[in-house]
Amino acid sequence: MKTKQKTKNQSAPEPLEKTATGIAGLDEITGGGLPKGRPTLICGTAGCGKTVLSMEFLVRGATEYNEPGVFMAFEETEGELAKNVASLGFDLERLASRKKLLLDFVRIERSEIEETGEYDLEGLFVRLSHAIDSIGAKRVVLDTIEVLFASLPNEAILRAELRRLFRWLKDKGVTAIITAERGRESFTRHGLEEYVADCVILLDHRVNEQISTRRLRVVKYRGSWHGTNEYPFLISDEGISVMPVTSMGLNHTASEQRVSSGVPQLDAMLGGKGYYRGSSVLTSGSAGTGKTSLAAAFVAAAAARGERCLYFAFEESVSQFMRNMRSIGLDLEPFVKSGLLQFHASRPNLFGLEMHLLTIQDLIRKWKPRNVVIDPVTNLINAGTATEVTLMLTRLIDQLKRQQITSLFTSLTAGDHGAEQSEVGMSSLMDTWLLLRNLESNGERNRALYVLKSRGMAHSNQIREFVLSSKGIQLVDVHIGDGKVLTGSARLAQEARTQSEAALQQQQRRRRQHELELERTAVEAQIATLQAGLAAKTEQCKLELDEEAMRYQSSAARESEIARNRMAQVKRVSDGRQKQRNNGSQ
Amino acid sequence: MKNSASRDGVHESSEAADASERESYVLRLYVTGTTAKSVRAIANIKKICEEHLHGRYTLEVIDIYQRPVLAKTEQILAAPTLVKLLPGPLRQFIGDLADTERVLLGLDLRPDREHNNRLGEQK
Repeated sequence: MKTKQKTKNQSAPEPLEKTATGIAGLDEITGGGLPKGRPTLICGTAGCGKTVLSMEFLVRGATEYNEPGVFMAFEETEGELAKNVASLGFDLERLASRKKLLLDFVRIERSEIEETGEYDLEGLFVRLSHAIDSIGAKRVVLDTIEVLFASLPNEAILRAELRRLFRWLKDKGVTAIITAERGRESFTRHGLEEYVADCVILLDHRVNEQISTRRLRVVKYRGSWHGTNEYPFLISDEGISVMPVTSMGLNHTASEQRVSSGVPQLDAMLGGKGYYRGSSVLTSGSAGTGKTSLAAAFVAAAAARGERCLYFAFEESVSQFMRNMRSIGLDLEPFVKSGLLQFHASRPNLFGLEMHLLTIQDLIRKWKPRNVVIDPVTNLINAGTATEVTLMLTRLIDQLKRQQITSLFTSLTAGDHGAEQSEVGMSSLMDTWLLLRNLESNGERNRALYVLKSRGMAHSNQIREFVLSSKGIQLVDVHIGDGKVLTGSARLAQEARTQSEAALQQQQRRRRQHELELERTAVEAQIATLQAGLAAKTEQCKLELDEEAMRYQSSAARESEIARNRMAQVKRVSDGRQKQRNNGSQ
Repeated sequence: MKNSASRDGVHESSEAADASERESYVLRLYVTGTTAKSVRAIANIKKICEEHLHGRYTLEVIDIYQRPVLAKTEQILAAPTLVKLLPGPLRQFIGDLADTERVLLGLDLRPDREHNNRLGEQK
């Protein structure tokens, strides 16, 4: 069934099946790995990492893809191999004991061999076949088969046998890596590319300005798309790591959480809350604009929140840094003691760029900080070219973001004028870019800060003066008068002027208030008098009315008395009176 | 001990004629089934042994198709391969052993060469 399936796959015009190598970055470049069931040639000069790469292919296959592998070594013994790759964290003995890996050292000593007639390399085939079948291997490495050219005198037989071997490997259906030394004019010294034509990967180890970089290039990949660039790679204690920029996965989740920049006024400028967690922040500026201080403030704030911070200082020693930061009121010593803050101070040209990246990645992986500062990132350019640094940063930032680590990079720019251009390569990687500048006027230099960009937040568009004092970092609103930005003592003078003006105005205002108060009292007094008059008049009015009523009552009483005296006439008189009144009205 | 004693004897006699005084040979021939080369190699070595090592050799023919583990443990790469285990030093002969001259040289069975070699060894 299985073989049937296989032949069917081969005949159908399906895309090439691939075997994932599990090597970081390589699978991205090759669009999924090496051609499945076919041999791949890896060539390069001595010490460029051929053995490590092929061994990692097997180890990853065994540990991650459950594909056992056979490593046939022609140069190193089993013991040497195991020892050499132990530094990469590969435990070959354990894998071998679990039947996931089989090492076979082919020892050939030219001096012990006598050629006595026709022969073939069937012995090698038997060994390989037995090795593959004994553990059910899916992956095979032959490292370095070219040794045979030195040991076996008859090249014609050897070539014919190698051709047969590669065909045999294909028939066997194993994904194989064949390593070879780089030749002067061809890819390999003995022209193995002639036989292994499916996939050729070239490794290189170049020294540029005293700094060495390893590079990898897929020269050929029959029937498949592949990245054609030269990709830098490094050998770390976790194996090989290729750095393809094209593979940058922009799929990390963006956090909504905010973290303080350590300067309250700066937080206010950044939409009131500070940086986004997991974002990358660049502070750039010329010498002495306060980049490091800003970074220190960020670190101090983060440590105060109880978060781990990793600080890479490429300019100052730790003690110098501590002293300098104390002078602006930032004491980082307690955080170092409590283990929340770790410093790594080194000169950038101490190692190559890949080594730096390695150290950084390593520390991040082991220590798991939530914040990372690289101060200054521009110093790394000494350790590589600008392009390489950009590549490395891309890779680094990508990783940091994936792990939600907030990163702050400082960048030294040559002068105030070119500040915005010189960072073009780097700036697109950054989420927030704070530009620090020196403003020179009235015979003094003052620091100014503005937010050049900050993705995803409403940030201030204003220039603030950046004041470093023993009390810490302060951002002060600058004064803008007559179209000029005033900073430093000019700002202070302006502030004093404004202050005195304000005082004067207040005085005036108070006087006017007093006057108005007086007027009001006067009016109130008038109202009181008038009201008193009104009350008197009302009283008089009431008295008069009462008097009138009394008068009327007494007259009525008099009339009734008279009537009572006259007796019986009362009614008539009153009738008659009524009649008279009626007539009168008519 | 016995070997060195007899070697001295050889030296003194200065003529490589007496077979019984020589060391015995332990040879192993690794072949791959019954291929033409294998068959030729077996025939060739048998002939050489009978002619030059009569009565003082053991020859073992091993088919690595049958015993593939030996290919690894005995470091067999080419086929056929003849291994001379004794007398030392260990030597491998690859090929169908058609080049009798080379085989004899390698087995230290060329009288003149052999003699010189022994002189050299003694010095």
